[in-house]
Amino acid sequence: MTALYRFCPGPNRLCLAALASMAALMLLAAFSRPDAPPKPKQRLSEYGFFIGPLADLQPAEGVFAYTVNAALFSDYAEKARFIALPEGARMGFRPNGPFDFPVGSFIIKNFFYFNDGRKPELGRRIVETRLLMRETNGWKALTYVWNAEQTDALLEVAGAELPIAWTDASGKRRTLSYQAPNLNQCKGCHATDGHIVPIGVSAEQLHRNGTPDGSPLERWSAEGRLEGADANTLAAITPLADYENPNLPLDARARAYLHANCAHCHNPRGPASTSGLFLEATQTDPMRLGIGKPPVAAGRGSGNRKYSIAPGKPHESILLYRMEQDDPGIRMPELGRQLPHREGIELIRQWIRHMPM
Amino acid sequence: MSYLRISVLLWFSGWAALCLAQPDVEKQWQSRLILAEDGETVELPAGRFELTNTLWLDGKRSVTLRGAGAERTVLSFRGQKQGAEGLKITNASDIVVEGLTLEDSRGDLLKAQQVNGLTLRDLTAQWTGKPRKTNGSYALYPVQCQRVRIERCTAIGASDAGIYVGQSDSVWVTECLAHHNVAGIEIENTTNAWVWNNTARDNTGGILIFDLPDLPKKRGGRVLVWKNHVLHNNHKNFAPRGNIVAKVPPGTGIMVLATRQVEIAENTVLHNRTAPTAIVSYYIAQTPIQDKEYSPYPADVYLHGNTYSADKCRPTWRHRLGFLLWLKFGRRPPRIVYDGIADPSAPYARICLQQNANGSFANVKAAQGFKNITTDCTPHDCSLPLLPRPE
Repeated sequence: MTALYRFCPGPNRLCLAALASMAALMLLAAFSRPDAPPKPKQRLSEYGFFIGPLADLQPAEGVFAYTVNAALFSDYAEKARFIALPEGARMGFRPNGPFDFPVGSFIIKNFFYFNDGRKPELGRRIVETRLLMRETNGWKALTYVWNAEQTDALLEVAGAELPIAWTDASGKRRTLSYQAPNLNQCKGCHATDGHIVPIGVSAEQLHRNGTPDGSPLERWSAEGRLEGADANTLAAITPLADYENPNLPLDARARAYLHANCAHCHNPRGPASTSGLFLEATQTDPMRLGIGKPPVAAGRGSGNRKYSIAPGKPHESILLYRMEQDDPGIRMPELGRQLPHREGIELIRQWIRHMPM
Repeated sequence: MSYLRISVLLWFSGWAALCLAQPDVEKQWQSRLILAEDGETVELPAGRFELTNTLWLDGKRSVTLRGAGAERTVLSFRGQKQGAEGLKITNASDIVVEGLTLEDSRGDLLKAQQVNGLTLRDLTAQWTGKPRKTNGSYALYPVQCQRVRIERCTAIGASDAGIYVGQSDSVWVTECLAHHNVAGIEIENTTNAWVWNNTARDNTGGILIFDLPDLPKKRGGRVLVWKNHVLHNNHKNFAPRGNIVAKVPPGTGIMVLATRQVEIAENTVLHNRTAPTAIVSYYIAQTPIQDKEYSPYPADVYLHGNTYSADKCRPTWRHRLGFLLWLKFGRRPPRIVYDGIADPSAPYARICLQQNANGSFANVKAAQGFKNITTDCTPHDCSLPLLPRPE
């Protein structure tokens, strides 16, 4: 009230009444804003992203699936990815980095294991669902852990540890103490200049040529879900290679692998900027890529090796050593990988071996 | 009899409850750190706690994490399953951590990155047992931080550096003790650092002031090393190869590598067998330099009023420099060793020496294959403006 009196000195009732009505209007506006940011919910089902039994992951109206060209390895988990946009809203295309999303958007990533990797029809166990929620002043990361009955998933702030067993695609029985991340660990990967950002929803991950359905970016533009992606813009994109496709050039596959699995931290604005090792697909400086680069603060992560990448010598390259290890103080990526990714290791080994010395 | 039974039963059940409760404690603490309000103090109770995951504070302002004292609140990461650090603090400002012991993490014990205003006070950060190369890298590790104060902390057993401040600005390290690390205290690519009244003993190298290439923060400088005790830093080097500190010879007291504007004053530097003080260029590391913006030469280094020991000692045979010094000087090696590699465009790099007790000198002329070693210190009879003192 003192503040009001300062604006309205003396017994000026008209002025007071005007101020009061202004305040009321502002309050009303605050409560009825159409783009009011969403609130985190305790249960995944409360968002209404999916119709039918939740575990079927059948997208509701306004929710649509996407896939990426080069996937992050997460302890052999399979992923089902979706985007949810507010009604009538669109994503904004950006040539570099993640697309722009309107307030109220969600990016939804479900992590699951097939009971038997050889026979997906035998069912799956969904372990967790991670959400990125676009709020007024940025993104928020949330993790939901699924119950054993697979009927719903509950919000976990501090992460969780879940025993998992499955049969992999080669028929081998495997077990894992799966680590669902806490909120800070989400940021361990999803950070640029200290702020949470999406990673996979970017031009180089989503655009692809020569698929039967055309590029998803074209489709989304036609459906009114994406703006700013005209034919010229799309032609300028260099999509990441599918590193699992052995018919593509080795260099493109390896660089796509490093981009998807390392560059979210190892870039000049990411959490691993301290290392001076930058592994984006667009990086052209050999030293930044680690070729002949001595470690900075790797400590025992160096594995007694001298360079991040010693061309032609995978067994002398720190980068490969850290991919192979499972000690939490040595392994890379630091988070979300407990098992070594054999196929990825083999790819990077071949790439370094064939690098001109 | 029944009293005894009951007390034994109570003791066992209490112990069992503690063991069972630990994952819950961990989760509860992590939740508190995530949900902490700006300005809040999070108290950690006395006790010994086994944690399996990094405890992580992110994006907070003015949060204090306070234990019941380094002897009483002990966080052990011996059974760590995930995360490369014990305690991690990121993207924050005005954070205080005090009165805790952190032990045996797989990577670093405490890492702080992008923190503006960090105080670490009355902490013990250690790897228990004998110093081993399988110990983690850094005990206390602020990197890319501003306004860092490290006070009355103890760092033990790091396979790289006990107290390591990298790529930061405005740093105090005072009244700390670092022992049985490869490097006791290391200041790297950091500007405006005051390292004073500390004790660095029984490390491989006591206090290291380094500038390294290929880093986002390019150049350190204005580092004051003042009134420290640098004693018996003769430990075998147990750093994994590939790291720069793996090249530090056992018996190094204070080493300045490629850094400018360094003042080393009034330190007590005793019984460091190889190089009680070394001033060297990055070339001594024999690693190719590709960073075009990097200057590998030390310059404007002012050593004055330090006290060295006069006793005889044999430089280490485990390192080329030590072996060369032994060949040339036997059991009376110089206390101040300069590699003599200066910037060809500015050959008169000012390396100034004044009034160092027992401060014998040698320029080992590394660029000339260590062939024309000289003990003439007249080119270094100069002085430089003093750096500001801490208040």
